[in-house]
Amino acid sequence: MVAAVQLKAISKKFGDVVAVDNVDLIIEDGEFFSMLGPSGCGKTTTLRMIAGLEFPTEGSLSIFGEEVGTLAPNKRSVNTVFQNYALFPHLSVLDNVGFGLKMKGVDKKEIKVRSMEMIELVQLNGYENRKPSQMSGGQQQRVALARALVNQPKVLLLDEPLGALDLKLRQEMQVELKKLQRDVGISFVFVTHDQEEALTMSDRIAVMHEGNLLQVASPEEIYETPANKFVADFIGRTNLLEGTVSDNQTVILSNGTPIRASSNFSPGTKISVSIRPERATITQQTENGDSLSSINGTVETVTYLGNARVYNVQFAWMSLEVREENRTGVELYEPGTPITVSWEHDAVSVVAD
Amino acid sequence: MSTAVEPRGWAKLALHINGWFVYFFFYAPIALLVLFSFSNNRNVGIWGGFTLDWYQEFFNSSNAQGALSNSVKIAVVVTFVSVILGTMSALALERFTFRGKKVFDALLYLPIIIPDVTMAVMLLLFFGEFFELLDMAFGFQLRKGFWSIVISHIAFNISFVSVVVRARLTGMDTDLEEAAVDLYASRWKAFRYVTFPQILPGIAGGALLAMTLSLDDVVITQFVTGPGWTTLPVYVFGLIRKGVTPAINSISVIMLLASMILVVLSLFAERARHSV
Repeated sequence: MVAAVQLKAISKKFGDVVAVDNVDLIIEDGEFFSMLGPSGCGKTTTLRMIAGLEFPTEGSLSIFGEEVGTLAPNKRSVNTVFQNYALFPHLSVLDNVGFGLKMKGVDKKEIKVRSMEMIELVQLNGYENRKPSQMSGGQQQRVALARALVNQPKVLLLDEPLGALDLKLRQEMQVELKKLQRDVGISFVFVTHDQEEALTMSDRIAVMHEGNLLQVASPEEIYETPANKFVADFIGRTNLLEGTVSDNQTVILSNGTPIRASSNFSPGTKISVSIRPERATITQQTENGDSLSSINGTVETVTYLGNARVYNVQFAWMSLEVREENRTGVELYEPGTPITVSWEHDAVSVVAD
Repeated sequence: MSTAVEPRGWAKLALHINGWFVYFFFYAPIALLVLFSFSNNRNVGIWGGFTLDWYQEFFNSSNAQGALSNSVKIAVVVTFVSVILGTMSALALERFTFRGKKVFDALLYLPIIIPDVTMAVMLLLFFGEFFELLDMAFGFQLRKGFWSIVISHIAFNISFVSVVVRARLTGMDTDLEEAAVDLYASRWKAFRYVTFPQILPGIAGGALLAMTLSLDDVVITQFVTGPGWTTLPVYVFGLIRKGVTPAINSISVIMLLASMILVVLSLFAERARHSV
């Protein structure tokens, strides 16, 4: 099967600044693909290159096998949902949605029919004669989606489209976007800096940092087995402990404590160990607490989150964050209580520095 | 609004008096001008009862009529050309990067800063040399008149139009143009269907401003005009030399009204952005 979008050794430089550095990437047809990273990591530049709003400095970019590196954006069968929606303020919702078809020279009657269909799909019936300024952020978002999708693009590009919405609306739109993507069946390329958003919606995620692609994998894989320290730290919360690989089953932490952690790194490699807060558990302290997968310590602070409690546990040489779900019967620990933090050995992942 | 910073006592009184003084100096001459345009006495300043004779004199005077029609013809051509050139230079400065952009930007403001008289002398010399050169090189015999005035007015109006249109362009999201191109619009169609409607109020404002400035200009026009091409302001200026009669008042009132209408229209055009 031919890839929806393929980037081969793509680089983009703005003067001396390298925004995207030698990126290879394949986006399959029909997948919800997210590009995730902090601001300035090159994710938006990559998206804009696919859209044709920027041209790559080096490399090859193809959409369904057709090389489009420097093809003008109006000649590409992709459409974009812009960060601030970029709706045309002087046009009604109907004319906004029909804009692409009008530019393509589609028959007026057909434009109206297809636009109305799309407006219905995004549940904005009755709003077609409004101006964008007379609509809420969430509604404008839907107009932007309809305006892009009505052209039946082969790939839909979304540049942080949910950034301006409040939390509740954002969560609703996440579900809706995912559903919409399944309904229309084309690939969505979704740029975001919000890791939760990416985990919720994506079939696959590409994590970018400083113009480089760090990891491309499913949400589970990214979360459970991050490729390196940056990915582990960026995706969700985690405890990162520095150490050295002893053998393929053991890591010596920087203070000399050995813990059990399987890895393929050669002995002596400086690595970090990642333990997710929710994968560790707290129990009453016991005599033989210190072992390869548990450490004795003291509760320093407790943060109540409603659905969970986050314990900050202090050890002689470091501290760990542990998250306990707020289930019935769960034991509570006051600050100052001596406890043992333990974890299953598969909760530990070894990541390259 | 904070009440703490509001002036009180004598300070408040002084400020009020100051305000009234300002208004008085602004509008008393205008009020007098309008008043004496209706005075039935040849000497301005002596009230001789109400009359509309001076307005009638204006509408009966073929010289005044001719000057008015010259002014309007010139203003129309000037407005048309300076709007196109001014808008294009605004677009170039806001949307493109090119070699010498900063220099061009600075030069564009020059006609706004430069004193009218300097500009007038410059243009006078320019036309003198230019016509002579044409005569020597090609044998064309050109004289100052319509086109020399039009070119001079365009020369300073491009700057004004450009400034007004640029202000509007700066306020417009570049995202919109990108969205248009992403939706299969060619560069031209993106301009035609998205950029142009967005900056139209700015263009209209610039056009009315250019028209007002062209209709009002006396200094530059006087230097570059030729036989048969007296504009209304230049005509009025000429009348004053012969002695001031209320006829000048009546023409001035008409010009004042026309200018006010144009300025108010240009303000409305600029405001239109808020309702879009």
